Amino acid sequence: MDFLTKWWMYLLGVFVMVFVISQSVFFLVKSSKRAKEIGISTQQIKKTITSSMVFSVAPAIAILFGVVSLKTSLGVVIPWIRLSVLGALTYEVPAAEVTLNTFGESLGTMVSNPQILITALWVMTLGCIPPLIIIPLFLKKIQSGVVKIQKKDTKWGEIFMSAMFLGMISAFIGVVVAPKKDVVSGEMFVSAVPILTMLSSAVLMIVCGLIINKYKQEWLKNYAIPISMAGSMALAILFTTIGVR
Amino acid sequence: MEKTYNEKVHGWGRIWMVSALAMMVLVPLVISVVIGVWPDPGKFLQAFFGIAVIYWTVTTIEVFTYAPMLGSGGTYLGFVTGNLTSLKVPSALNAMNALDIKSGSEQGDVVSTIAIAASSIITTIIIFIGAMLLIPFETILDSPALTPAFGNIIPALFGALGVVYISRNWKIAIVPVLFMIILFSVVPSLASSVGILVPVGCLIAIFAARILYKKGAL
Repeated sequence: MDFLTKWWMYLLGVFVMVFVISQSVFFLVKSSKRAKEIGISTQQIKKTITSSMVFSVAPAIAILFGVVSLKTSLGVVIPWIRLSVLGALTYEVPAAEVTLNTFGESLGTMVSNPQILITALWVMTLGCIPPLIIIPLFLKKIQSGVVKIQKKDTKWGEIFMSAMFLGMISAFIGVVVAPKKDVVSGEMFVSAVPILTMLSSAVLMIVCGLIINKYKQEWLKNYAIPISMAGSMALAILFTTIGVR
Repeated sequence: MEKTYNEKVHGWGRIWMVSALAMMVLVPLVISVVIGVWPDPGKFLQAFFGIAVIYWTVTTIEVFTYAPMLGSGGTYLGFVTGNLTSLKVPSALNAMNALDIKSGSEQGDVVSTIAIAASSIITTIIIFIGAMLLIPFETILDSPALTPAFGNIIPALFGALGVVYISRNWKIAIVPVLFMIILFSVVPSLASSVGILVPVGCLIAIFAARILYKKGAL
């Protein structure tokens, strides 16, 4: 997997970063200019910029956790690029895992051959591409109200979206509890470490939720998933060390 | 006739977004061409199907949901850099609230665009710095002592996500979760076919949700 640390991989990452920043600067300049024309003061514009930047620091650090999580299997550059563009941790991790899974591998160790990595990268890239096609084609019509998803039943719409995520979550819960084959003896056994890790993460998430709601610690919302993941992953080391299988 | 600002935004936005599409596809394309390795077609299709069923649906709905909130400029920008729900949308809404501006107006559009642009710049820089800082620690992160941690990313993620979604919709969750636990317990070899079972789980969950919804139980 030598290519992952080649100079041209880093160049690709820099190219993506420069593109994203260029687009942002372009729109920042154009919209700031227009803002002044329509009566928004320079002071208000500056305040909007600084507040937004400050507001984004904590979530950006939380996003880094996604780079750390995926680094072991995919190297640094690929998660860096993927998390800089469309696609969050909750998309990139399942997309990568589902692909590795088809090859009989899993996140956690470096993939065994480049084709697995390339297949995963193509899935991660194309798996969330629709907005980049829909928006250039239809945004003008959407904004002018010509095309819209019927908002007759927003409650069902929300339930539908939640049901989709629950479907994905249930499949992965099934994978976690499924008996595994011992590599040495070949016997099937229920591996407690993944189950305990999942339960630990759930408990940590509940604790975070209670702190957020009871003590009004809104800042914790950005960190709840990374904290739950990091804490439970650390506990996985403990469980393994004390001999849990 | 001179174009309005809104028409100009659509013009610029389309060019940038099509370029962004090309940029995103170029990444795997360049790597494949340079190292001469291409995806396994069968495995790609299997995994892609499993992921696209959910995420093509979700991301499409997100366009229609967020576009009215973010305005044109905000949408062209936000959907390139992503992390919409956790970062870009709250940035935009906070910025509009702070100036007491309504979304859907031209003022809302420009303020939202400014906020999302600022957010994207700082986020991209932080992710770059963070990723580069990881490089000296690679040997530590790859050490066998940490293998149990990185080998349990999926249980760690889905434990947390499970709490978020199951706590909101436990009635819908019962059927698909029980179904999958029983199915995987009885046929463990399905663990290598999670890509196919994700859409199955979605169908079961949607079916259960529709029945509960019609009965007024949700």
